[in-house]
Amino acid sequence: MNNALSKPRVAVHKFSSCDGCQLAFLNLGERLLVLAETVDILHFAEAGPIDEDAMVDIAFIEGSVSTSRDAERLKRIRENSRYVITIGACATSGGIQALRNMHDSGEWLAGIYAQPGYLDLLPESSPIARIIKVDLELWGCPVNGEQVLAVTRALLVGHMPHVDQNAVCMECKRQNVVCVMVTQGKPCMGPVTQTGCGAICPKMQRDCYACFGPAIQANVSALGAHFAASGMSAREIAQRLLFINNQAEPFLNSGMQWQSQAAPDSTTSPGIKR
Amino acid sequence: MNRQRFLPRERFQSLIDQLKAAGYDVVGPQVRDHAIVFDALTKVEQLPIGITDEQAPGRYRLEKSESRRCFDWATGAQAIKPMTFVARETLWQSERLPGGGISFHDTLTETRPVAIIGVRACDLAALSIHDHHFMRGAHPDPQYSQRRQSLFLIAVHCMRSAATCFCTATGDGPQARSGYDLVLSELDTGFILEAHTGRGLDIVLQMETEAVTAEQTEQADAGILRAARQQHRTLPAGPLQEKLVSAVEHPHWQTLNDRCLSCGNCTAVCPTCFCQTHVDEISLDGQQASHVRQWESCFNPDHSHIHGIVIRSERSHRYRQWLTHKFGTWEEQFGRSGCVGCGRCITWCPVGIDVTGELAVLCKRNEP
Repeated sequence: MNNALSKPRVAVHKFSSCDGCQLAFLNLGERLLVLAETVDILHFAEAGPIDEDAMVDIAFIEGSVSTSRDAERLKRIRENSRYVITIGACATSGGIQALRNMHDSGEWLAGIYAQPGYLDLLPESSPIARIIKVDLELWGCPVNGEQVLAVTRALLVGHMPHVDQNAVCMECKRQNVVCVMVTQGKPCMGPVTQTGCGAICPKMQRDCYACFGPAIQANVSALGAHFAASGMSAREIAQRLLFINNQAEPFLNSGMQWQSQAAPDSTTSPGIKR
Repeated sequence: MNRQRFLPRERFQSLIDQLKAAGYDVVGPQVRDHAIVFDALTKVEQLPIGITDEQAPGRYRLEKSESRRCFDWATGAQAIKPMTFVARETLWQSERLPGGGISFHDTLTETRPVAIIGVRACDLAALSIHDHHFMRGAHPDPQYSQRRQSLFLIAVHCMRSAATCFCTATGDGPQARSGYDLVLSELDTGFILEAHTGRGLDIVLQMETEAVTAEQTEQADAGILRAARQQHRTLPAGPLQEKLVSAVEHPHWQTLNDRCLSCGNCTAVCPTCFCQTHVDEISLDGQQASHVRQWESCFNPDHSHIHGIVIRSERSHRYRQWLTHKFGTWEEQFGRSGCVGCGRCITWCPVGIDVTGELAVLCKRNEP
């Protein structure tokens, strides 16, 4: 990558996703232009360049794997890339579309599409790391553009990036944000969520909804027990956990336990796997 | 002149004005986002007048009180730690030189003098611990020292304790005893001002004050005594170092493994915790780097990542490390306990873990 003859080569690939993480890149504005001067961006459909099979130093991947065609394309990307970095909740934990993993999605498809037979869907929406080796995972819905940039900079100078492993709580405290859980009793997911977002929700007096995925030290069962003791129903707690990062293991395991304790509700979609 | 003077409530603004006239930026407590926080202060009306705090494990609520007092609350979301040991700052910067070398330069900038109104006895005790750590060693911390030396401190004796306060157990309050320039005793009608430094006295002399009556002194003493008597949390008889070290295999640690979120809130609100991590931030073109220090917590597994191994990989190990250090081995390191009894770790723990309760259980087995 430090070859003086050519600039480092970068690709940004998209799988099943809303493009929001690519937009987080684009929203870097001027700094993206500076980045573009230090690297060759060979594939970035949202921004213009398209060369899906380019050999690159860093491949950023947005989105989850939902179709068999996705899986094949992903394997080619791995072969063509020195570092593979997932960006965002979909790529890292399957995203919101992975909610179908917990349901009878065949029934959903039949209810929505006239001829669902044309769809080439894998049984589950999967995070990238289930299919190929991933070198670094960046969380968030969407990712924090600053964090993506910091990681890129670190790789460009040749060392593994430092990703803050603290819970969101630590970032709140660093920014002098008053705890919404302790002062207002809001069911904040911050104590079990990895920081990196900059505590943007608590800063606006909102409770964190865990879009950056589980903190490495997350004690999800203790937080769930606390929510229950504060009067939240098992169903509400399950919904809190089985959301954007529903396939992240600590959330999935605990969330399914709460789900199984929840009273059946006629308004939910059919076919919940119990 | 007597060092004690009385300032009627309607003239309290003159204290802020005098501090400003003396060249200080004034900082004081005020209500923001459902809590009391320190922020820039220009008018008395910004203070939490008639506001009191109700605190319990994992719970902090502000309520209207009957009084017109400004300091009728016990503790805010933070002590003054964020103003001295700041949460994130650049310590130095480096850049590549055209010839191939690297140049380093510090990032110290001028600090404006700051006067803080409303510092509590527990906050002062914590500040003294930080001074010892950051300024009195072989290598004083330039950033901390510079900010610390720019402070003018106006303490307030506590006349009311929250349910989570236990400074009488650590011996650090509710009366502020040292480490300030001025101290206030708030009465319904006004404030007893007491100068403890020459520059404190200079400020008092500039103001229109009155002699303090024996009745006012009595009221102040009674208020401090009331605050002390309101406290019901205690600590096991010390010193705790031996008790905690010998409780290293206590089965109770396992219950903390189950309850503790490992979120680090207790360490972030603790006025004496000073753990930090350092990160190098590199410019996009790779030509400059900033060496940044930020708050870190021993509850983060990364904190004990040494030579490729996380030494305290279990939550219970990390909780044990924190509690044993704070209340036990801190004595050996700093000559006193690391706890000043402010109770913030109890209030601001999202799940309300109470250190005084945990210590009672952990030290019990070892009591005669």
